[in-house]
Amino acid sequence: MSILIFSLFIFVLACFIGFELISKVPPTLHTPLMSGANAISGITIVGALIVTGGEGGLLTQILGVAAIIFATINVVGGFMVTDRMLEMFKKKGDDK
Amino acid sequence: MSQFLPDYIVTYLPDAIQLIYLIATAFFIRGLKLLGSPATARKGNQLAATGMLIGIIVTLFDQQIVSFEWIIAGVLIGSLIGIILAKKVAMTAMPELVAVFNGFGGGASALVAWGELSKFADPSVMGNSSLVTTGLSIFIGSLTLTGSFVAFGKLKGFISGNAITFPGLNFINIASMIGVVVLIGVFTYDPANQTVFWIILSLSLLIGITSVIPIGGADMPVVISLLNSYSGLAASMAGFVLGNNLLIVSGALVGAAGLILTQIMCKAMNRSLFNVVFGSFGGDSSSGQVSGSDGDKTVRETSATDLAIQVAYASKVVIVPGYGLAVAQAQHIIKEVATKLEERGVQVKYGIHPVAGRMPGHMNVLLAEADVPYDQLYDMDQINPEFASTDVVLVIGANDVVNPMAKTSPGSPIYGMPILNVDEAKRTIVFKRSLSFGYAGIDNPLFYTEKNQMFFGDAKKSLQALNEALNDV
Repeated sequence: MSILIFSLFIFVLACFIGFELISKVPPTLHTPLMSGANAISGITIVGALIVTGGEGGLLTQILGVAAIIFATINVVGGFMVTDRMLEMFKKKGDDK
Repeated sequence: MSQFLPDYIVTYLPDAIQLIYLIATAFFIRGLKLLGSPATARKGNQLAATGMLIGIIVTLFDQQIVSFEWIIAGVLIGSLIGIILAKKVAMTAMPELVAVFNGFGGGASALVAWGELSKFADPSVMGNSSLVTTGLSIFIGSLTLTGSFVAFGKLKGFISGNAITFPGLNFINIASMIGVVVLIGVFTYDPANQTVFWIILSLSLLIGITSVIPIGGADMPVVISLLNSYSGLAASMAGFVLGNNLLIVSGALVGAAGLILTQIMCKAMNRSLFNVVFGSFGGDSSSGQVSGSDGDKTVRETSATDLAIQVAYASKVVIVPGYGLAVAQAQHIIKEVATKLEERGVQVKYGIHPVAGRMPGHMNVLLAEADVPYDQLYDMDQINPEFASTDVVLVIGANDVVNPMAKTSPGSPIYGMPILNVDEAKRTIVFKRSLSFGYAGIDNPLFYTEKNQMFFGDAKKSLQALNEALNDV
């Protein structure tokens, strides 16, 4: 089995997990969920690190650093703002 | 950082990294699952963030990474910008911020693929499958970048929220997309051809703009959710280019989850995804023809004192907030009114329409900010059976979502939209500046029913008056 086929396997399986995970979410959480899922898509930062830290010419370095900056904004900002929203979600009687 | 480790560890390093990636993936899956319930959502988000941190740290031990100066600089700059944006944003501006973050994420994936490509003097050594996924990553990532920023501009008002379109635009978009896919094929066959590469890049950036421009401001939340799904897909494609399982799996998770969420949102807004993408409907100005009946249109007005008595002696009050409440910055004052009523033994509930606010679920966030507990917030399906037993409904800054024409008049533009059945309650009070029409530009027969009273004025001032009047009841 080639690496491509193996990768396709896990890609498709992961898609199915993603479909199943979000099947029943109350409307209350649509905004935070969208923002949280968006932060996870910043995982591309891992790719940005590999490209930037490796051997490469000036163009590679520039593209890599730009990718790191973009992805970090997505990751750090995304998780933080989601937390800020969810921090405010309280049940009746919860402590402030 | 692998160069600092002894040889006997380095031997096992690649496998160790993969195993830790697997752990990070598990964190993401568990995190997304927990994000689906209000009680555990915050923990879920923190779990996902931890997974991300694990993924990033372990990647630094990858043997391909030999220099760190640029990495440190990039991470510092990115974190700083991210922290400032996340801390500063007003909760009302949440849709814009998610759009911006999403754009950066998509752009990053395109840059990763391009960066990897730029390492090779002769790109054909990358192999066909890597070249195809490089092309796809650049395509999806770039269109996510520009599409998200157009969505941001529309939400912010820099670009008209109206559907900007002309005949044939849909055709041009579809043709361009097919064109890019064909060009990716050409690029795979002849990767050294710079011209093809540049056409793919610019066409992808352009498609992001031209496919979001024709969509109206009201549909932007769905568009952002869809673009969110794309940015996951772009990350996954970048994972194929680099042969990185963590990227492939996490990207696929977000891609699929985003698609489902998009569908859920469409359903809540009574729109089909096809309609949103190709329909060119949903502008944000309330022009348009109005065809109302010329029947008896008398409205009954109420005052703060009168209203205070009505709600203070009610046994059940339902509050229906709309975006007008948030615009008037009246969330905190409504919470005060609700608290006072509860102290008197009145049962208070909030009925939230799925599209209340500027994106699905937005009103819940805005009320949470004012410390309204989430178990007092009821979805449309939960609250609708309760109106019949409700004494007073306070409709604040909402209009179309309580318009009975959605049920009764097939000719109306909002016909078929699910609404809150406030007309079943014993009494409705509508807080409104004037008798102007709502977002959809149509009249609301609810205002003229015998059970309804209008409380004219700015929502915040009216509520303040009510709050004070309650002290004297």
